[in-house]
Amino acid sequence: MQPFSYLRAADVETAVHTIATHSAAQFLAGGTNLLDLMKLGVEKPDYLIDISRLPLTGVEEYPEYIRVGALMRNSNLASHALIQENYPVLTEAILAGASPQLRNMATVGGNLMQRTRCSYFTDTAAPCNKRSPGSGCSAIGGHNRNHAILGTSKQCIATHPSDMAVALAALDAMLLIDGPHGKRSVSLMDFYLIPGETPEKETALESGELIVGIELPKTTFAAKSLYLKIRDRASYSFALVSVAAVLEVEDGRIQTARIALGGVATKPWRAYEAEALLQGAVPTSELFATAAAAATNTAVPQTQNGFKVVLTQRAIIRALSTLGERA
Amino acid sequence: MGIDSQDITDTLPLHHEEQVPAITADALPIEIQTVLLSVNGTHYTLSLDTRVTLLDALRDYLGLLGTKKGCDHGQCGACTVMLNGERINSCLTLAVAHEGDSITTIEGLSRNEKLHPIQSAFIARDAFQCGSCTSGQIVSALSLLCEGHTGSDAEIREWMSGNLCRCGAYANIAAVIHDMVKGEGNATV
Repeated sequence: MQPFSYLRAADVETAVHTIATHSAAQFLAGGTNLLDLMKLGVEKPDYLIDISRLPLTGVEEYPEYIRVGALMRNSNLASHALIQENYPVLTEAILAGASPQLRNMATVGGNLMQRTRCSYFTDTAAPCNKRSPGSGCSAIGGHNRNHAILGTSKQCIATHPSDMAVALAALDAMLLIDGPHGKRSVSLMDFYLIPGETPEKETALESGELIVGIELPKTTFAAKSLYLKIRDRASYSFALVSVAAVLEVEDGRIQTARIALGGVATKPWRAYEAEALLQGAVPTSELFATAAAAATNTAVPQTQNGFKVVLTQRAIIRALSTLGERA
Repeated sequence: MGIDSQDITDTLPLHHEEQVPAITADALPIEIQTVLLSVNGTHYTLSLDTRVTLLDALRDYLGLLGTKKGCDHGQCGACTVMLNGERINSCLTLAVAHEGDSITTIEGLSRNEKLHPIQSAFIARDAFQCGSCTSGQIVSALSLLCEGHTGSDAEIREWMSGNLCRCGAYANIAAVIHDMVKGEGNATV
């Protein structure tokens, strides 16, 4: 690990100002991903601005939404009564990720900013367009069993690793951002970028900007949600496929449906076409199968991950069926 | 990363090869900062390279070797300690970030040379073989008991999943936790 300067930021203003004046500076929150990547030589900041003690940790209720501070620990968010009651998919997604120890460290903002676990991205000896633009993608034609089938490009097929962000995608979450040019908000779906020709550019965050919070819209349907995660072992593993699903049924018809996917896409993925098929329809197993097929109709399997197409469909069907039985 | 010069290592307050930077013309200067840590109730003021993790500070600077370095990447849980009462992976956090924080390690569990009940329970249940993961398992299990994630065997196993045991002592570790839930011992730090 290369040496770096360390500053504990006193407030958001200082943090944002300091990062703007140091080109290789990075924010440090929980550190669970950044410090790991620094040990691996993937990240090489010369200045760490520790934001972990900034007072961005609360859950506040407003008439239209619930606001969560970006530096709230994952474990505290998952166990918060307002979240458990109103957004069960979010609690379930957070608890499906990492380990209790890591969730006690990791923050909401850091979870959103974590990098892919593509083994070529974390191996500095391997070509990787995301880590070293223009060097090539080792995963295409390589060991790609864990890689994406949706939102990929010829430059990059790395999955976004977050569980929490998949739930936030289904909940239409907004991200609150502060930066050198002031405050702004952006939807989570617009925040994440597909790799295209520039896989090194992963988010809409601009230089010097900091995520300070998220807003969860209050809806009638968010409580009718769940998170289903399929992985190689029973716990403490990244998703092969995950589904954040919402299903609200009224008078025998689907009033609202949300399907977000993890483990299979280059960003937290919304299956909009599948949602449109469900909207207003009578919930049946045939309908769920049709929607699941629609969710993967743009999938581009690689040499080793074709199983994810069928697994995704089955996970969607199971998630919708489970919610349908509750309705 | 190999080390060629003994002189270099002698001038650094570091014991780990991987933390010694490559010596190049444009190498960045090493930054030393002072941090006050409270470990097992004792206050320590340490001057540390900013790169030193909490785990390395405990082991290499305070001589508290009970906390183990397994993977050093947050995957095995051997380095689990309590930070202000909550379990964390000490390998993935910088020591200088913990000014004023209270840390409890495996060494902090016993009282007056007497093992903590959960330590005795690990022995009684033969809940380890090589012992490499055991400190982390014990600290994590004690945290789990304090958190209350003990409603079922499945819940216990899920909430202990951040601690790997390559010897496969899981069944006996789970048995320890069941024993503690049943009241054989006091689940407090």
